[in-house]
Amino acid sequence: MNKNTLLYAGLIIFGLAGAFIFPAYKLQLSFLYILIVLAMTWDVQGGQMGYNTFGNILFFGVGMYVASSTQIAMFFSLAEWTDAGGEKTFVHTIPQFFQGFGVGILLAGIIPTIIAGVIGYGILGLRGHYFAICTLALGIAAGELAGGIEIIGAGQGMTVPVWPKGFGTNASSSQFLYYLSFALALVTFVTLKWAYSTRFGLVLNAIRDNEDKAEAMGIHTMRYKIIGWMVSAFFVGIAGGLMGHINGYIEPTEIAFAGPTFGVFMVLMAILGGKGTLWGPLVGATLFHLFKEGFWTYFLGWQYVALGVLIIVIVVYFPEGVMGWLREKYPERFGEVVDEADLKAQVELK
Amino acid sequence: MDLLIFQAPILMVQASMDGILLGILFSLIAYGMALQWGVMNIINIAQGELVIMGGYIAYFMYLSGIHPAFGVIVSPIIMYCVGWGMYKLVINKVVDKDLFTSILATFGISILAQQLMNFAFGADVVVAQSNFGTTMLFNNSVTLPNAKIFSGAICVISAIILVIYMKKSKLGRAIRATAQNARAAKILGVDTEKVYAATFGINAALCGIAGACIAITFTLHPYTGLPYTVRSFMIVIIAGLGNLPAVAISGMGLGVFEEWSDYLLGTEFRIAAVFSLLVIILVYRRFKLARKREYLK
Repeated sequence: MNKNTLLYAGLIIFGLAGAFIFPAYKLQLSFLYILIVLAMTWDVQGGQMGYNTFGNILFFGVGMYVASSTQIAMFFSLAEWTDAGGEKTFVHTIPQFFQGFGVGILLAGIIPTIIAGVIGYGILGLRGHYFAICTLALGIAAGELAGGIEIIGAGQGMTVPVWPKGFGTNASSSQFLYYLSFALALVTFVTLKWAYSTRFGLVLNAIRDNEDKAEAMGIHTMRYKIIGWMVSAFFVGIAGGLMGHINGYIEPTEIAFAGPTFGVFMVLMAILGGKGTLWGPLVGATLFHLFKEGFWTYFLGWQYVALGVLIIVIVVYFPEGVMGWLREKYPERFGEVVDEADLKAQVELK
Repeated sequence: MDLLIFQAPILMVQASMDGILLGILFSLIAYGMALQWGVMNIINIAQGELVIMGGYIAYFMYLSGIHPAFGVIVSPIIMYCVGWGMYKLVINKVVDKDLFTSILATFGISILAQQLMNFAFGADVVVAQSNFGTTMLFNNSVTLPNAKIFSGAICVISAIILVIYMKKSKLGRAIRATAQNARAAKILGVDTEKVYAATFGINAALCGIAGACIAITFTLHPYTGLPYTVRSFMIVIIAGLGNLPAVAISGMGLGVFEEWSDYLLGTEFRIAAVFSLLVIILVYRRFKLARKREYLK
């Protein structure tokens, strides 16, 4: 217990002080917090519930578009803004910027949640690989559709409102986003930690282990599945809204609905860390971010080749992840009692 | 926009003919996917990349002065070896794992293949000119490139050859036995490892034929593989595994749907229409099955 308190305190202090200790890596760290949120929310479906989704990227993209278009549309005409493109003819004043930002981020959480609730009823009834492929198609279809809508910039994408001039110094924009991302990661972690400790978490695990049996026990599995997806959608949507501001630019298929990059990253991070655990996605996201930055820096041009190899290696040779490996190595630390006789019997069966 | 049907009905005939010829190509790719899904229980996301790879082989023959139509003979031979190697390197490690593992592993292969093709062939859209000319129908109002008719014929012929091969040959029987029950086949002396490798190779060879046809009829680009995967997946789930006539019919239906949506909605929504159709079909299927479950109650 004491150790855990130390760990949490250490992480929170790192998060709060990180902006001052590593001022050069502020954007990288905010990026890491966003990745942690994506991995942890993917794990609600993929790890805890056993529904392997590629579709959470849908909420990411919707959140991104909703956040910045709300912020723009509250004070200016959205169509004129996207027509103007990169030329910043419209400038938010300081109160306008923050009002728009707040409302935008809030809507970026709410609208994906509603979407998840509506489509969840149709899609969460699918099982196994049908669900996986359906969500994959959903993410890509959303990207292609967004690329055809004129008012949000179609294929060219749109710019995000810039930090208002005269408020704070140059660094305060990245500082602001850094603390928001950190707060989001913290809130996500605490919410999920609490949710996994309640009946809700148990039901999700029951669905993963045997959905038909859970249904036969009188659990409304569909209700829980939809709620689980809505929780994910809420946090992913806000993460998308923040990501739009971190990037400063939104583009439909490469940034917002980036199925082949972020859509797969979140799956990979959770598997790398160990899916179905609370800490796994966090560890996986951190490791993955380090890997990724290494690739992008030292193998520029070959980064996607390295990424493809990494995916194959992780999935084929390391499917239980870091936490799974630790759990096998030190089962006592995870509060598990090893039954020697049972272990022996299992080895003999193999 | 929606009046186009009434204003120029002949355009819809054109779209339907194009769609059917395109659909035959899809059916061949989907048949390969159904084969490996049925035999090995693997969903190959890299299916589209195999197709594009096969196309680039034909394109290379075109660049080196050989008529690209011979690609339909060379490309399946090379692609068989590629598929065999791919099986030996990666796929044989995920065969007996759950389906999601295979989806993710082949997704990795797909990203890898896209990038390698990008390095090898460049990111330009290319096409291999076949100079086959065109056929005019209905008083010159419907034009059909002969290359499309040629590729449709090639696909039909190779599908027929494959069906006969699966029925008559020893390997074909072994593949069918493994699909029915891998364990029983193993007991009866079938080397399932070899069968799996051959199945994956045959699938890749089919993709190679289809790719060579695409190289002469449509365009090639390293990143356009995924839509082919999704289309073949869609055809397989509509038609079911191991039902060749249904695969052919639903493939052509999909081709017609695509050409129609291209004409009616606009080209920019073409891919979106395909992917949305997949979502709609899956959701429809889920409610259809759910009704059945309720009926049993």
